[in-house]
Amino acid sequence: MRRSKYIRPTHLESGSDKPRLTTSAMIASIAGPDQPTRSAPFGNALAALAHKDDRIVGMSADLAKYTDLHLFRAAHPDRFYQMGMAEQLLMMSAAGMAREGFQPWVTTYAVFASRRAYDFVCLAIAEEMLDVKIVCALPGLTTGYGPSHQATEDLAMFRGMPNLTIIDPCDASEIEQAVPAIAAHKGPVYMRLLRGNVPVVLDEYGYKFELGKAKLIRDGRDTLIISSGLMTMRALEAAKLLQKDGVDVAVLHVPTIKPLDEVTIVAECRKGGRLVVVAENHTVIGGLGEAVAGTLMRAGVAPPAFRQIGLPDEFLEAGALPTLHDQYGLSTIKVAEAVKAWLST
Amino acid sequence: MTQIGHNISLTERARRIRRHALRMGEVQGQGYIAQALGVADVLAVSYFHATNYRPDDPEWEGRDRFLLSIGHYAIALYAALIEAKIIPEGELATYGTDDSRLPMSGMAAYTPGMEITGGSLGHGLGIAVGMALALKRKNSSSFVYNLFSDGELDEGSTWEAAMSAGSYKLDNLIGIVDVNQMQADGPSIGVLNFEPLAPKFEAFGWFVQRVEGNDIDALVKAFDAARHHTEAKPRIIICDTKMAKGVPFLEARDRNHFLRVEPHEWAEALRIIDAGVEA
Repeated sequence: MRRSKYIRPTHLESGSDKPRLTTSAMIASIAGPDQPTRSAPFGNALAALAHKDDRIVGMSADLAKYTDLHLFRAAHPDRFYQMGMAEQLLMMSAAGMAREGFQPWVTTYAVFASRRAYDFVCLAIAEEMLDVKIVCALPGLTTGYGPSHQATEDLAMFRGMPNLTIIDPCDASEIEQAVPAIAAHKGPVYMRLLRGNVPVVLDEYGYKFELGKAKLIRDGRDTLIISSGLMTMRALEAAKLLQKDGVDVAVLHVPTIKPLDEVTIVAECRKGGRLVVVAENHTVIGGLGEAVAGTLMRAGVAPPAFRQIGLPDEFLEAGALPTLHDQYGLSTIKVAEAVKAWLST
Repeated sequence: MTQIGHNISLTERARRIRRHALRMGEVQGQGYIAQALGVADVLAVSYFHATNYRPDDPEWEGRDRFLLSIGHYAIALYAALIEAKIIPEGELATYGTDDSRLPMSGMAAYTPGMEITGGSLGHGLGIAVGMALALKRKNSSSFVYNLFSDGELDEGSTWEAAMSAGSYKLDNLIGIVDVNQMQADGPSIGVLNFEPLAPKFEAFGWFVQRVEGNDIDALVKAFDAARHHTEAKPRIIICDTKMAKGVPFLEARDRNHFLRVEPHEWAEALRIIDAGVEA
């Protein structure tokens, strides 16, 4: 794959018979072919919660259908506000709603909340510690539409914002648990959203979401993978693959990016002798990886090796999502290969 | 509206607001004095004719919300809040000093009566939209006022808010634009031409009035018409004001976005204000 209109794709030259995947929908599914999924965990959870909490209102910027908020709109039409394709207004008006005692849940794509509306999230909402929940689809690399829609740096931007709690959940059951937990937390929250048919991964591990807590999902003696968001499911799958090769991998899931559970992270990294890998669906600059690195440096903890799996510091290609996840190292097989290579050096 | 001090004329209220602002300006030796003097009449009519509030309970649920989105005009609003007895006059001398409740740029967390943080321009009207929607949810009869500036017309976010207010027919929202024709880099029209302004808001579905913003009688009529207008539309009062109004030697200065005033000039400015000398 090349980022140039001047170079013809090689498969056209060589007549390669390898099937080409299509970019297809704006929001491609991240679910593997055999993964169980649940539909629209966020939209269903918020609609259910709103039956019990009449402070909740939903607001969208012309993307209710693509952030699963349409289910809330259908259940509570009088509590849904369409603000149009105007993300600055979305954040400002949510601030106004929150000032009057409501709890607005605003949804859009992560690129638009971060890149376009940053100042409004910062000063209208976060500086005032307002109770606004910002839930955003297409975090990191979850669409093949190219840089216009890929929020590869949203965590780097938002980590710098005081008062803001940042959540990067892994699967459908975690999203369902996170919704009431976030509602109960007083203050602004940014949550990265997996929408549509979302894999169910964590149930088999008996995992329970707790705001602000990192959880060791499986233990292992060779490598510790510290991960957030969908990379936790990739890490868990990679760990299963590696187990077959006799490699024992622990996975520490960190759904709360800020405030970071430094105590648990340091404690796990102190358990000596393990390669530490941070895996995130985000550029390696300014996200979970560098947050963990800084934490370890400040604590004086030095694992034998520290590696990052994440997106490169570049604007990503357009294409089919499975192809791109392979290309940029986020697929299960690539995670497993990377860990194996690092262990052998 | 408010029952406080009915025996004091709005002209006298405006004079006192100018006086408070000048005394705060003197603490720093410089500042956004020209804006404060220019918008004093608008604030006098806002706080002593048009809005409901309780001086001893600035967060009273039944109040009208008055949002200042122009953070650097804080000195003007502080002057009005002092005159309205929401802020004690004794705090005036703390303006812009350490530990003061009156910082140079207006912030909600610091000051009673300051509804929003407005230092980053173009936030006020959108927050006002959210508050107006919320007040409707609560079946409140309160109005949301947003005082913003001609400079904020440069900000795209202001127009997102203007369009949504028209779309939602927010008849509990009253915008007040201070058109003083001066921005940081020079005359507003020269920075970015926002005229013709009234037809723009009309096209966005607003009930529009344009008045001489230093004419108290005209302002009273405009605020009354805005409050009692019967169409389901947001309302806007475009106020053409004069920078540094009331102090001729300051009015005459070309570059008055951020005024430097010599030490001996403060007393002279106060003397002119007290004497009611007009330009």
